Amino acid sequence: MENDLIQADCVEATEFPELSERYQVYAVPRTVINDSSYIEGSLPEETFLDHILETLTPPADDAK
Amino acid sequence: MGLIREQDAAEIRKLLGKLPQPVRIIHFTQELNLQYGVETQQLLEELAALSDKLSVEVHNLVLEKEKAAEYGVDKVPATIVRNGKDYGIRFFGIPAGYEFSTLLDAIRAVAEGDSGLKPETREKLKQVTEPLHLQVFVTPT
Repeated sequence: MENDLIQADCVEATEFPELSERYQVYAVPRTVINDSSYIEGSLPEETFLDHILETLTPPADDAK
Repeated sequence: MGLIREQDAAEIRKLLGKLPQPVRIIHFTQELNLQYGVETQQLLEELAALSDKLSVEVHNLVLEKEKAAEYGVDKVPATIVRNGKDYGIRFFGIPAGYEFSTLLDAIRAVAEGDSGLKPETREKLKQVTEPLHLQVFVTPT
């Protein structure tokens, strides 16, 4: 809701076994970020956000 | 038989009664071979019946390909929670058990136009300049 570029899906793992297998979901919750990185379990908001932002391209230095 | 128990319905009615803005649930399904497809649609329709602030629109993934593409829906059952604006909130599979309260949270957040996140988090999220797709896998327990 804070940014139009963000989409958040809640996926029921047992109803989508192929997707769960593709993303190697063995325990829940497991959060897949842009098909490339993962967060295992529940984390505090700040830590969760940091993990997500780490997977994105770091902003250019001149943006500082 | 209803999927929402009478005692829960009273609580949900109270919660939905407080929504400041109407919320639209857009639901995609298909006719055949869909585990929990019927239950999911019934659950959403029972939920929408509890408040005139909440409406549910049912679409067919197979027959309404363009509509599905518009919402980026590639699997069903799919449930989108939106108002005048689509915030990119999607539920795939039946939002039952713990996910039912997640659905109610999403409805409340959309109605209030407020994610409920901390100010620092909002600030950082505003700076995201590329598409970010989060898929949270859960099980209904």
